[in-house]
Order: sequence, then C-alpha cells, then structure tokens
Amino acid sequence: MLSMQNISKIYRTDVVQTHALRDFNLEVKEGEFVAVMGPSGSGKTTFLNIAGMLESFDHGTYMLDGEDVSHLDDDGRSRIRNERIGFIFQSFNLIPDLNVHDNVDVPLRYRGFKSAERERRIQEALEVVGLASRMKHLPSQLSGGQQQRVAIARALAGEPRVLLADEPTGNLDSLMARQVLDLLEGINSKGTTIVMVTHDPELARRAHRSVHVLDGQVMDLKAVPDSGKRESTVKA
Amino acid sequence: MFLYNLRLALLSLKRDPVLTALMIGAVAIGIGMSTTTLAVFHSMSGNPIADKSDQLYAVQLDSWSPNQAYSDPNEPPTQVTYRDGQALMKAAKAKDQVLSFTSTLVLQSDKPDVKPDLVVARVTYHDFFNMFEVPFEYGGPWSQDQDQNAEQVVVLDQEYNQKLFGGANSVGKEVVLNNRRFRVVGVIKKWTPVPKFYDLENDQFGDPEDVFIPFNLLTSMQLHSNGNNSCWGPPPPDSSFESRLNSECVWLQFWAELPTAADRDDYHQFLDNYTQEQKKLGRFQRPLNNHLRDVEDWLKYNHVVSQDSKALVGLSFMFLAVCMLNTIGLILAKFLRRSGEIGLRRAVGASKMALFRQYLVETGVIGVSGGLLGVLLGWAGLIGVRHLLQDSDHIARLDWTMVGASLLIALASSMLAGLYPAWRVVRIPPAIYLKVQ
Repeated sequence: MLSMQNISKIYRTDVVQTHALRDFNLEVKEGEFVAVMGPSGSGKTTFLNIAGMLESFDHGTYMLDGEDVSHLDDDGRSRIRNERIGFIFQSFNLIPDLNVHDNVDVPLRYRGFKSAERERRIQEALEVVGLASRMKHLPSQLSGGQQQRVAIARALAGEPRVLLADEPTGNLDSLMARQVLDLLEGINSKGTTIVMVTHDPELARRAHRSVHVLDGQVMDLKAVPDSGKRESTVKA
Repeated sequence: MFLYNLRLALLSLKRDPVLTALMIGAVAIGIGMSTTTLAVFHSMSGNPIADKSDQLYAVQLDSWSPNQAYSDPNEPPTQVTYRDGQALMKAAKAKDQVLSFTSTLVLQSDKPDVKPDLVVARVTYHDFFNMFEVPFEYGGPWSQDQDQNAEQVVVLDQEYNQKLFGGANSVGKEVVLNNRRFRVVGVIKKWTPVPKFYDLENDQFGDPEDVFIPFNLLTSMQLHSNGNNSCWGPPPPDSSFESRLNSECVWLQFWAELPTAADRDDYHQFLDNYTQEQKKLGRFQRPLNNHLRDVEDWLKYNHVVSQDSKALVGLSFMFLAVCMLNTIGLILAKFLRRSGEIGLRRAVGASKMALFRQYLVETGVIGVSGGLLGVLLGWAGLIGVRHLLQDSDHIARLDWTMVGASLLIALASSMLAGLYPAWRVVRIPPAIYLKVQ
C-alpha cells in the first residue's frame, strides 16, 4: 500500500542544513494500522507530510498503492491526495465558517462529484462518526471530540485508501480520545489502511504495529501479523 | 465551482467586516474618483452623430488677413463670412449644405398668462434638420420654398412647445418672435447632441437652441449673432446692417454633407476654385488654405476635450492605482490570516489553480462591491460638478455605458490587485499552514 525506499529530506537555510529524514525505509501493507512514534524532532511529521504528499523529498522512491508518486507535479499530487489519502490532524483543522456538512463537503468539491453523490457521501460519513444529526452545526458549537469526528468524516467521505493521522487525540481528554480511537479501529477493521503519528504509547499499543523514528530513520518495528496483538521485532 | 467559490467569498468577507469595509472602501473611493472624471471625459469626447460623422464636414475658407493667420500655425477661420456663406449655399455643390448662426429673439404668446421671454434661435436652412438628424415630435422642417421665400415659420423645441401649448401638437399655430407672427411647422423631440458639434463657437456643451427659423429672414429682421464675430481689415464705411453683411467678418457656421470620399475631394476642389475666383476680385489674399473637417476631426481641431480634462482623468487613475495598492496590502493580510484554511484545502486535494481561482473570485466580489459603491460616489461627485461648473448638465452625467465601464474597471483592477496575494498564498507549502493552525 505504502512503500518508502531510502527517502531523504533536507531542510536548508542559508547557514544550516537539517536532515529531517535520512535513508528512511517503511512498508505499510494494505489494511494495516501502523503507529509511528518518536521524540519531538525525530522526523515523524516530516514522514507524515511526505506520505501525504504535502512535502517533496530529496532522494528515494515513494510508491503509493502500487504507483510511483515520487515525481508527480502539483496537480498530480493534489489528485492523489484528494482520491486516495485522508488526513486527520491534531487540531482538527475544520473551517470555522462552514458548518459540519460543508466541512465534510470540502474534499468532495475538488473531486468533481455531482451534488447527489456528494450528499450521499456526506450523509454516510457523518453516520459513521455519529454526527448525522449535527450537519448544520458550526465547529464552534461542537466539543473537541465531536470536531475530531467531523474531521474523520471529512477524511472518510472521499473513501480514501489510506488515512494519515497526526496526533489525532492530542487535543482531546482521555474519554474523547478513546472514542476517537475506537472509531479509527472500526474504520481500519473495514479495510482502510491507517498510519498514525503519536507520542502516546497507550495509543500505539492499539495499532497492529509500531514504528519508532529517531534522527530521521526507522529504528525498530513491532509487528503482529493479523490480530493486532503486540509483538516486538528489533530491526535496527 | 464558481457558485461555490462565490459563496466562500461572501462568507470570508462576512468574517472580517472591518477589513472588508476597508477594502471595499478603498476600491470605492478610487472608482468614485475615476468615474467622476471619466464620465465628464466620456461625455466631452463622445461622437454625437456617430452614424454619419464621416459624411458631415465643417467648411473652413481662409479669407483672413494676408498679414497674419487667423490662428497659429497658419490656421484658417473656423467660421465663414456672410458673402462666402451665401455663395456656397447658392452654388449648392454638396448633397446638403447649411449655413447658420444663433440669435436672441423675444418670444411672445397669445396666451395672456405666458410672459414674453428671451429665446435663443438658430437661424438656418431647412437642410439643418435632415443633416443633423434632428428628431421631430410633431410636424417637420420647413420646405426649400419656405427658405427661399423667407416665410415666417418656426420649429419649436419640446420645452417651449410645453410652455406655450401644453405639449400638444402645435403645428399650424402661431407664436410671436420679435413682434412678427410665425407659424409653427414642427416641434422637435428632446435632442441633446453632446458636444454641440454643429456650433462649437457657442456653449459647446449646452442645450440646442429653443427655436429654429429660416436664414433668409436675417436681413428683414436684421438679426445679430450671439456668437463669436471676428473681423479683420479696415472698418466698414458705416454701421449699417448691410455694411456688416459685406464685411470680412466671420460669424457663420457652414456645414456640407458629402457622402463619399470622391464627393469630399470634388467639394474641396470647388472650394479652391471659388477661392481662386475671389482672389481675382482682390479677396482671399493668403495662399490656398481651405479645409474640410468631418465631425470627429472638427471636435479634435477645436480642442473640445481640453488638456486639463485629459490630465484629470490621468490623475484620477493614478489615485485609483494608489487605492488599489492599499487594497493589495489589505487583501494579502486577509488571505494570510486564513493560512490554516489554505493548508487544509491543499491537503484535501485542492490544486494551486483551484485555490487561485477561489481567491480571485473573492477579490472579484470586493471589486464589484467597491465598484457599485464607487459608482454611487461618482454619481454624487457628478452632482457636485454640476453645482460647481455652469452649463455642465450634459457632460456631468452618468449613463449606463459609464456605469458598466466603472464596474468593469473596478472588477479588472481588483482582480489585478488580487493576483499577487492569491499567487503568494497558494505558493507556500501546505504543510507549513497545517502546522501553524
């Protein structure tokens, strides 16, 4: 599903070069739920941005869903993001002026769907997250957990092949965090691949496997073949 | 997608009412200023008879003093003498031709409640109405015979027909002009050629005359011209009306209708031949210097649009540019404040071009809103101009063409102003926006 081979990313200023990722290798299989962990500055977010094609990289090869997406132009990257990737952010990133319905509608607008198709997808996505009755609410009228569920609905509405989540429970209390994670597990159980960046070992334990990133490289993998049970394998 | 972008634009403008008001206000002030000056310029520089302006020619004969040109550099007079005008009328070499001037008459009515009034009359020939496409409400022009017989007939304008006859068909009724009874043969509809091209000597942007009477009444009524009367040479032997008619004073406007280029060339040759004949009689002592100028050329030649007006339009557009520079700053600030939304839209699949279009629609909405407000300001400005400047009613006005042009200028300039901010915000990598959210 997602394959990164020898990915390097260097941030340059006039005086300094920072290696955010160096020879970064990662394989994520279809239907997996992978947690990416690591200290601040280790390169987790850079990895997620590259995986989500929000940033380019300097070296290496990135295959997504069997397609080499390493050298796509801006339009190509936008199309892939729109059709195959769903994003979930720590701070939800809902548009405050738009109600729940219209926030979920945002990615569908760029997909070129007709109105009826958009409405069907919005309705279904909001039903999955349990907010179909709050369509006309503005984000400010919802709790943090509800806002994150709207963000998940927005990510789901496009029926993506992979969900990329950046600290999806970072701004939520433990109860809401649990609800959101239950939701993600439910989505994953229906076949959607999930890659989640987190600091929280408790959350990481609920993934099929954890990937540890340090100094821009994958340090070790915890892999459990099928059931989500945890088992560690030292790779590096 | 356009309607979606329009909706987003309206939401965005609603979100920051103060910033929105500042942006729309900046556009409106710039557009208001440029609308005011442009409307005046538009009226001044208009072609009042566009469909046949290339067939109507003002005639210039250089009958002026051999010692000095009428005006520099070596320009002939803009009017003709009575003798030359009559000779050209008599020759009748053009399809139609007309000699005319304005005079002030005393108008009286048989109605006891209508007081005597001073009216401005155009003293002319029957071809005037056909040549200059004067529209009639009732009746029509007098005939060629009535011209030749110097009959006391009159064509009234709409305003005096209303005043004297309550707006009814007054053809066949009589009015009194300078104590003579005139029979009404026609009433013209509202007719306001701007500029008043057929007589630029008198109030270029004023109303046409109140009444029209046959030219051949000139001598019997001993009518004097209201307009510019320029003379050269020794003073006339006496102050009689006859002496004035025989003088070298130029005070009459002569127009010829020449439908084709060949007609124009033939007529020019005729004028030169006429001049050669006059030279034999001791007149026209300057080298041949006759001109035929069509309406557009005539307006330019007479500097109907002054340099000041042109400069004012230039200044107002510079002012608009300053307003738009301010607007660019405000738009950029507004767009950058929405960096999180931009990043999010990019993340979920909006291409740079899609976002670029979205922000251009928003600046377009600002432009149209500022344009509408600017047109209102421009309209108010024109009312001010009408109060400040005499006889500016016909040039300080806003027609639909100007409203459309102003809105188009507002839209184009605001879109132009939005190009840089929109280009700038869509270029920044989306990941940066998402981090700062």
